[in-house]
Amino acid sequence: MERVLTTPISEKEARALNAGDVIYVSGTMFTARDEAHRMMLERGSPLPVEGLALFHCGPVAREADEGWEIVAAGPTTSARMELFEADFLRRFKTRVIVGKGGMGERTLAALGEMGAVYTHFTGGAGALAAKAVKRVTAVHWLEELGMPEAIWVMEVEKFGPLVVTMDSHGKSLYKDLSVTVGKNMDAIRARIRA
Amino acid sequence: MNFAHELATAIANAATILPQDVVQALEVARDREEGPARVQLDAILEDVTIAREGKVPICQDTGTITFFVKLGTKFPHLPALVRALPEAARMATKAVPLRPNTVHPFTGKNPGDNTGRLIPALTWEMVDGDRAEVHILPKGGGSENCCALRMLPPGVGLRGVKEVVVEHIVQCGGLPCPPTIVGVGIGGGADLALKLGKMALLRPVGQRHPEPEVAALEAELEELINASGVGPMGLGGKTTVLAVHTEYAHRHPASLPVGIVVQCWAHRRATVRIQADGRVEVV
Repeated sequence: MERVLTTPISEKEARALNAGDVIYVSGTMFTARDEAHRMMLERGSPLPVEGLALFHCGPVAREADEGWEIVAAGPTTSARMELFEADFLRRFKTRVIVGKGGMGERTLAALGEMGAVYTHFTGGAGALAAKAVKRVTAVHWLEELGMPEAIWVMEVEKFGPLVVTMDSHGKSLYKDLSVTVGKNMDAIRARIRA
Repeated sequence: MNFAHELATAIANAATILPQDVVQALEVARDREEGPARVQLDAILEDVTIAREGKVPICQDTGTITFFVKLGTKFPHLPALVRALPEAARMATKAVPLRPNTVHPFTGKNPGDNTGRLIPALTWEMVDGDRAEVHILPKGGGSENCCALRMLPPGVGLRGVKEVVVEHIVQCGGLPCPPTIVGVGIGGGADLALKLGKMALLRPVGQRHPEPEVAALEAELEELINASGVGPMGLGGKTTVLAVHTEYAHRHPASLPVGIVVQCWAHRRATVRIQADGRVEVV
């Protein structure tokens, strides 16, 4: 199923999604990597983020006359944020996480508890992502954290495709796939050793 | 002589225009995939088109700029070339722009221009002749983090080499942004094995090693890794690698080093040729 979700995204909308769905997000998205997660948990969020999409991304941005412009904005490896994400979801109630590579058991549990999903955006597709960014509405903690780690708040239109890979029903495509790959590897090892 | 401008243009081209051999390999992969794997490859190909047409970086991680120079021993402009390499990195960083990706490991300071101590990374190879060929390989952090060295006991033979390469690439899963291009360096020593692995990436995707035994190993590794089902972005599918390229050196009798170098699908490359009379060609 393919659909466009517009922020603020409700808990009900997030719970209606299933692993394997392809979605697009329109509305407000903000970036946060390791440092921004840590600082938001320590100091609180510089903007209200309930129902928004959280993007694991360190963009390339350029300051033009009319303000900041996002040049390229693909996802970074989400696993690094596993340290923070469960607490982050409980406290800030973001509904859609956009990243790559998937996250662990603690995040999966928090997605179920809060009603949220983790989605996979194609790693490296920074130009495709930047094209969906209509404008930068704010940037927080730029001085302190630098360009990649700052919180970039962006208005996006049909940002995607995003594959729902971890849903609120405890399903993780990564977990399922690792079982399949494990079986395939048994056969591959046998072939190499034969 | 000042080659910085042309070299900066080549760096910019590398960041924004994916080489045709890589695009073709991605198209072939897209056509045989379905489901989430096809969604990923369609998104990749759309991204590549947007980047090329808009002259914007293919990926936000514009990488560590790495130069491999094939230097003719009679090339007459060496000092100018040495000066131009870091200068080109600075110019391209501003012009494209590229993400500033050089961090001091002790102070955490980033000079902001993609240069620093020993960076851009440089490899010189002396060849006959009077011209210089500069191969540019901007390489992202996600795939570089998946590179590995294995010092095998020689008794395991090529079978052991196959096993460690397949195990390692499959274990990396979606982290290096598959479908990847894998460079395998066999033999030499620890450093040379990894260097050979990286230099194997300079070949056009799918171009086999000229020696049949090496070419056969490349084909077999591709088939074995793709049988794993890891797939594009680690979401499942038939294409985990676009290609495996292998290079080798003679080894010590007691050593069988295997350098595994992983390159993401955004396999960005460019080449600049400088003739003895100073003419520069951006390939």
